[in-house]
Amino acid sequence: MDLITILQVLDATVRLSVPLLLACLAGLFSERAGIFDIGLEGKMLVSAFMSAAVAAVTGSVWVGLLAGIGASLVLAGIHGLASITFRGNQLISGVAINFLASGMTVLMAQSWFQQGGRTPSLRGAARFNDINLPYVDQLKDVPVIGPIYADLISGHTILVYVALACVPLTWWALYRTRFGLRLRAVGENPAAVDTAGVSVIGMRFAAVAICGVLSGIAGAYLSTGLQAGFIKDMTAGRGYIALAALIFSKWRPWYALMATFLFGFLQALALRPDLLEKVLFVKVQVQLLDALPYILTVVILAGFVGKAIPPRAGGEPYVKER
Amino acid sequence: MEKMPKWADVILIPVISLLLAGIISALVIMAIGEDPVKALWIMVDGATGSAYNWGYTLYYTTNFIFTGLAVAVAFHARMFNIGGDGQASIGGLGVALVCIYLPWPHWSLALLAAAVGSALFGAAFALIPAWLQAKRGSHIVITTIMFNFIGAALLNYLLVGPLKPMGSMEPATGKFPKVTSIPNFHDILGMFGIPFSRGAPANISFFIAIAACFAVWALIWRTRLGYEIRAFGHSEPAAKYAGINPTRIIVVSMLISGALAGMMSLNNVMGEAERLVLNSTEGAGFIGIAVALMGRSHPFGVFLAALLFGALYQGGAILSQDTNIPVQLVLVIQALVILFTGALDNMVRMPLEKLFLALRRKPAPAPKPTPAE
Amino acid sequence: MTDATPAIELRGISKAFGPVQANKDISIRVMPGTIHGIIGENGAGKSTLMSILYGFYKADSGEIFINGKKTAIPDSQAAIEAGIGMVFQHFKLVENFTVLENVILGAEDGMLLRPSLAKARQQLKQLAEEYELSVDPDALIEDIGVGAQQRVEILKALYRKADILILDEPTGVLTPAEADHLFRILENLKREGKTIILITHKLREIMEITDEVSVMRRGQMVGHVSTANTSPPELAELMVGRKVLLRVDKKPATPGAPVLQVRDLKVTDDKGVHRLRGISFEVRAGEILGIAGVAGNGQSELLEVLGGYERGTGEILLNGQPIDATLRHSNGRTRRESGISHVPEDRQREGLIMDFSAWENIAFGYHNAPEYQQSRLFMKNAAIRAATEEKMQKFDVRPPNPLLAAKNFSGGNQQKLVLAREIDRNPDLLLVGQPTRGVDIGAIEFIHQQIVALRDAGKAILLVSVELDEIMSLADRIAVMFDGRIMGERLPDKTNAKELGLLMAGMSGEAA
Repeated sequence: MDLITILQVLDATVRLSVPLLLACLAGLFSERAGIFDIGLEGKMLVSAFMSAAVAAVTGSVWVGLLAGIGASLVLAGIHGLASITFRGNQLISGVAINFLASGMTVLMAQSWFQQGGRTPSLRGAARFNDINLPYVDQLKDVPVIGPIYADLISGHTILVYVALACVPLTWWALYRTRFGLRLRAVGENPAAVDTAGVSVIGMRFAAVAICGVLSGIAGAYLSTGLQAGFIKDMTAGRGYIALAALIFSKWRPWYALMATFLFGFLQALALRPDLLEKVLFVKVQVQLLDALPYILTVVILAGFVGKAIPPRAGGEPYVKER
Repeated sequence: MEKMPKWADVILIPVISLLLAGIISALVIMAIGEDPVKALWIMVDGATGSAYNWGYTLYYTTNFIFTGLAVAVAFHARMFNIGGDGQASIGGLGVALVCIYLPWPHWSLALLAAAVGSALFGAAFALIPAWLQAKRGSHIVITTIMFNFIGAALLNYLLVGPLKPMGSMEPATGKFPKVTSIPNFHDILGMFGIPFSRGAPANISFFIAIAACFAVWALIWRTRLGYEIRAFGHSEPAAKYAGINPTRIIVVSMLISGALAGMMSLNNVMGEAERLVLNSTEGAGFIGIAVALMGRSHPFGVFLAALLFGALYQGGAILSQDTNIPVQLVLVIQALVILFTGALDNMVRMPLEKLFLALRRKPAPAPKPTPAE
Repeated sequence: MTDATPAIELRGISKAFGPVQANKDISIRVMPGTIHGIIGENGAGKSTLMSILYGFYKADSGEIFINGKKTAIPDSQAAIEAGIGMVFQHFKLVENFTVLENVILGAEDGMLLRPSLAKARQQLKQLAEEYELSVDPDALIEDIGVGAQQRVEILKALYRKADILILDEPTGVLTPAEADHLFRILENLKREGKTIILITHKLREIMEITDEVSVMRRGQMVGHVSTANTSPPELAELMVGRKVLLRVDKKPATPGAPVLQVRDLKVTDDKGVHRLRGISFEVRAGEILGIAGVAGNGQSELLEVLGGYERGTGEILLNGQPIDATLRHSNGRTRRESGISHVPEDRQREGLIMDFSAWENIAFGYHNAPEYQQSRLFMKNAAIRAATEEKMQKFDVRPPNPLLAAKNFSGGNQQKLVLAREIDRNPDLLLVGQPTRGVDIGAIEFIHQQIVALRDAGKAILLVSVELDEIMSLADRIAVMFDGRIMGERLPDKTNAKELGLLMAGMSGEAA
């Protein structure tokens, strides 16, 4: 296999990993604060629709991005209301949010654009275009390093770089700031946070809001970066894969990067089944590649390869004794 | 002292939640420029207006009874089986194998074998998540979600590969043999001289679903196993104290749950499609969550909720034919029902509890209150 | 003294949880620089009152004055700002954080952690020297003992510059030696001018350390006295509202053949901690063996192994027949079938299903019993209901309604329900844990009588209680447990609280 092909696969890996990474970090903030979120999928989906729709109407992808984040935040707000304010079941709330998003996006798309549940195709400033990093032209002809820089590192949309920057940022916020200390504490023992004079509700809503923003960016990336417009159910289970990656990474930011890139790589391979056959000399079923992230996560969950221990107060609404 | 009367918990709260979901749905319909009252009438008529429409409503109802019962049984053991969809589609595989690869003299025997096959396949697919929960503490919600996708990938592989008939371009099995075709309502009611629409898919598995309701009721409230399941669901430490084996309860209740979900495919695969197609469940496994929540995990409640959702699905389909409202409206209503009856339960419950407490605090009038009102 | 401004004054505090009135019009004054005890039975409302003062709960009505100034305390933040610190009975620590991280949580200086941690490290060193409060700042909470965890809680309060420190039942989890250490810390704090409120239900602690004492009973404040002018009997009477019968009327025991023989019983928990380190004892027919000890020294595990839901190794003989301790061939069900009944320590967590009705609870654990079976599959619900009605009469459970859910009975009646189920099966061996915890005084007498009656009927009883008085008045023989071992056996009329206390602290009686 030649360098070009490898670069193509890796480039696809980056593109496919980014939405997973953003959603995974979104889930990380929420779950570290003790709020389980299986509604990542729904939040990504509304944002994918809303950002594409607004970008199509206004012609500005940035306005679209803001609208997408806003829509995602609305669902995050519902999740917060249900699981923090009314102490409901977080899993059930997540299920409801996914259905809500799946239904509402088509309803709105049909009502606004009458194109069978999709938005018009985006072009020009209405979508995030690939940007070239400095010196691409100069370096292009240097062997090996040139193509790697030009095709793999450079030439992605701004959101890709934002997503990558989010990893060290998340790590820093979590382990080096007051906010992070309180966030982790509220996911482990909310009573400790409460009696220390910090609002549990405030911390958890903050976490859920960050989760909303990040899944909003993830959704916007899907419809305005990766593709040029919204189509029905376009998240295609990415929210669940992100959830799997979150468990796989044991709720840690750098591991989240690795897990999402692994799963993104599997998705990229699934697009090129011929390659795998060439390398391994056996035909690998595409379906196996599709299922692999889930199978790996189940194995991790089973604790046979390093046990994934979720935040201790995860999934439990905070109720003072009695 | 009870915080509020039982009837309020069982009837009032679901009804209020349903009303809230209805109101918001109406607002959504208005927002997309349609008339909610007209839409409601189209849906009611679409679901119940003719024998044909009833035939579809009851067909959907059958699906939802099975998946609703599946979720309900797991709920009683305090487990959230979100994998009903995967179990139902693998159950469909069981039905397909029974129907295609075994020779049957009569549909009744085929039905019996298919029931066993679907239940076994559904249960088997719930076994690994159950075992992992019981033995390794892996959260059943996450593992069953993962298994939904694993199941989908598996079926995808089988239906584009080994199970696809030669020369076919469609990812589906071939048509089942004629002999495995089970009677639909037209055939059954026809025996009693009652005319019923020939084309509607409601079939004999509706009665199997009703029987399953009774069986689950007896299981939960009359048998020792049901007693142990409920005890475990209420308190795991207490169950251990009482000598109830947690592993056994987790595994057995998930097997029952998976079997019920799997048996749904008697209706959609054997009764309607008469072959196995991709995505045969059409999300019915998830609707089971809404049905179980609304039905308060009681078989009778599940039956009523399934009927309601059956009407909703059929009504929604007709609505999308007759108006510009897409069929996804049903998804929105379903989401709202899950939200209000499940996650936002306390929003309705807490004010009501306060209300009942306030009513009780008032000194009761000296003579017995008149039965009126 | 009444001229000085109280550090804390509460006026007319009331608080209800749903239909339960936890605090009713309570007023109290606590003078600065004193140790003020608040004593009362379990469930008297002491913790609720102090949680209100700390802003953890919100009072329905009433006023709070701190140093003479009316102060609103809507949340813990406000309490901390008012100079109040609280050490809860169940520590509020993040288990997988370090001591340092726990101390600064909520009291960080600025956005970044590094400077806060450095400052806290410095201060902790000072506080440790000043008050004998040493803890390793970098240790994880889950790796240090309860005594150290409690010191972290005190450090947390002091780090927040608390002048008023509330401690809720601080000695419940401590050995007498650790409790002495705590009291020395409290004396040091008092010397530095801090005001301390000590919530407890133990008279001994009140007499030992407090200056003033307030007594609560059933959500109300029933008396304020200065410790120097009172006596334990007076306080006890205030607490329970009438003269307490400290001794149970019972005939001397006439022990028969050994019913339960335990040899070298060991339990190791999932974390690899040794809970039982090889204990041996026997209980004879017609006697009560009391197990004394501070909570958490292996008593719970002992009951659980014997009850069949905790794995152990070693030899257990019931009426000479071996019983499998490893649970490979036995469980709670086979234990019951072989004649062991068990009243567990925590009736709400284990003994009852709170959402089940009384009749469902009467079958609980015995739901496999032949008389409750219709067939192999089905239960005979009508028979269980009839049996329940009978048992409720016999054990005076009120209201005698088999259909009522367990959660709707009072603590005492819940306990009677459990006793009705366990004693009425006429077991050879009865395991009883904390039989009167959270039970009102009238029910205590009844429960004690039932236990003694079973003994007089020639049955063997193993009684575990953290209430030394209960052990001393009920048991025919006393074994003291410490750190998974039996430190010694004594006869109740040949020992005293002091000697037992030393054994409970892990010091052998002979050395004392």
